[in-house]
Amino acid sequence: MTTFRNSFLLRGYYFGLIALLYLPIAVLLLFSINASTSLSFPLRGLTFDWYEKLFTSDALIRSARNSLVVALGSSLAATLLGTMVGLLMMRYQFRSKGLLVAMAVLPLIVPYIVLAVSLFLLFTVLKIDRSLLTVGIAHTVIALPYVLLIVGSRLAGFDAHIEEAAMDLGADYPTTLRRIVIPMIAPAMVSAWLTAFTVSFDEFALALFLAGTHPTFPVYLYGQLRFANRLPIMIALAVLMMIGTLALVLIAERVRRSEN
Amino acid sequence: MLWLGVFFLIPLLLMFAYSFRPDMRGDFFGVWQPTFEQYSNLASEGSYWRLLGISAITAFIISVVAVILSYPIAYFLAFHGKQHAAFYLILLLVPFWTSYLLRVMAWKIMLGTEGVINSFLIYTNIIQEPLTALLYNRNAVILTLIYVWVPFATLPILAALQRIDISLFEAAADLGARPLRQFFRITLPLSLPGVFAAFFMVFIPTIGEYVTPLLVGGSRGSLYGNIIQDFFTKAANWPFGSAMSMVMLAGTLILVAVATRLINLRDLLE
Repeated sequence: MTTFRNSFLLRGYYFGLIALLYLPIAVLLLFSINASTSLSFPLRGLTFDWYEKLFTSDALIRSARNSLVVALGSSLAATLLGTMVGLLMMRYQFRSKGLLVAMAVLPLIVPYIVLAVSLFLLFTVLKIDRSLLTVGIAHTVIALPYVLLIVGSRLAGFDAHIEEAAMDLGADYPTTLRRIVIPMIAPAMVSAWLTAFTVSFDEFALALFLAGTHPTFPVYLYGQLRFANRLPIMIALAVLMMIGTLALVLIAERVRRSEN
Repeated sequence: MLWLGVFFLIPLLLMFAYSFRPDMRGDFFGVWQPTFEQYSNLASEGSYWRLLGISAITAFIISVVAVILSYPIAYFLAFHGKQHAAFYLILLLVPFWTSYLLRVMAWKIMLGTEGVINSFLIYTNIIQEPLTALLYNRNAVILTLIYVWVPFATLPILAALQRIDISLFEAAADLGARPLRQFFRITLPLSLPGVFAAFFMVFIPTIGEYVTPLLVGGSRGSLYGNIIQDFFTKAANWPFGSAMSMVMLAGTLILVAVATRLINLRDLLE
C-alpha cells in the first residue's frame, strides 16, 4: 500500500516539476502571439505580426547567417579533430596519452568566462581582429570534448579485432579506416556533429567577447533586449530558435539511439 | 591536439603571463618586468574575496537545491517510470536542450516589474502594487540557475540509481527491512556517487557564470565572473582581470581534483 502511495506522490511531483519547467517556455510562446508590445497581462488578442516582422530585419538575418556559418564551420572542425583524437586514444598506447585525454576534456571544466577572456587576450596580442573566425575557433575548442565523448564511447564499444582482421587480410591502415572504422562510427560522428552544431549555435558567453562587429544570433538577441518595443519580435524569434535547436537535438538523440 | 595547444593552452598561459604585468602600457612582446603587483592588490582588496565567497556560496546553494529537487525525479524515473520511463526522461530534458540564453531571458520577462508575474497578479487582483523584489537581485539569479540545472542534475543520479541491483531490495525485504529503511540503508548510499557527480556538474559551471547575473541579477546580483568581464571591458585593466581569472581557474581545478577523488570519473562518462 505504501509503495502505491509513494508512486502516486512521486508521479505528482514529477508532473508538477515538469509543469514548472515548461511554464517559462509557455509564457514565451504566449507572448509571441499577443497583440501588444508590453509583455504583461491582460492579453490583447492574437497576432502573427511579430513573426512576420522577423523576416524584414536585415541585421537579424545577417546575424542568423553569421551563426549558421560559425556553427557549420566549428562543428565540422570539432568533429574531424575530435574523431582523430578519439582514434588516437582508443587504438594506440603512448606515453602522454593520459595528458592528451585530460587536455581534450579540460575545456568542459574551465569556466567559460576564463576561456573567453584568455582567447580575447590571445587574439588581441596577436593583433587578430575579432570576427566570425575567432568565434568559430572558440566554439571548436568547447565542442571538442563533446565530440570526443560521443565518438570515443562508440569506438570503445566495437571490437578492435575487426580492425585487426582487416589489416591481417592485407588492408593498409587508410583502407581499414575508410572501409571498416569510419562506416562503423559514422552514426556517432553524425550525432557528435549535430551536438557540436547546437553547442555553437546557442553559445553566448564566448561569442559576446569574441564576435567583435559581427554578432552571432545570441549576441544580437542580447543586444536587442534593451529595446522594449522590439521585445515581442525577439520572443517570436526565441520561439523559432527553440523549435530549431530542439529539432536538431532530437534528431541527434535519435541517431545516437538507433546505433545501439 | 595542436589545435587545443594553440587555442586552449596558449591562451591560458598567456593570461597567466599577463597577470604578472604591471599595467597595460607598451607592447606585449616588448620588455616588461614581471610583478606580483596584481596579485597583491587582489589579495589586499577584501571586496573581491568577499564576492568570490558569495559566488561560491551562491553556486553551492544552487547545486544543493538542484540536487534535492532532482533526486525524487531520478528516483521516479528509475523505479516508477515503467514502460514510459524513456518518454518521461525526454520530456524532462527538452527544456534543458532549448537555448540557455532564451531560458534565462524567459525568466527576465517573467520577473520584471512590469513582467508577466507582476502583471498577472495585479490583473487577478491578488496584489495592487508590483513586487519590485523579483528581478535584479541575487535571488533571481539563484532561481533562474536552479531552473536551468534541475534537468541536468537528474542524469547522474538516475545513472547511479539504475546501477543498483534489484535483488538487494528483495534481500532487504526478506530480512524484514521496511521500505523507508531500505531507502536509507541501500538506495541512498548506493546513489551517493551520482549525487556527488550531480553536485559538481552543477557547481563547476555555476561558479564561473556571468551571463545569468548579467541578465537577471543586475548590479545587486553580480558574481565574480561579472567583475572579470568588467575588467576586460569597461574598466580595461586586463592584467588585474587576468589575475582574477587565474584565481578562479585555480579554484575550479582544485575543486575538480577533489571531485575526481570523490567520484569515479569513468562512471560519469558512461
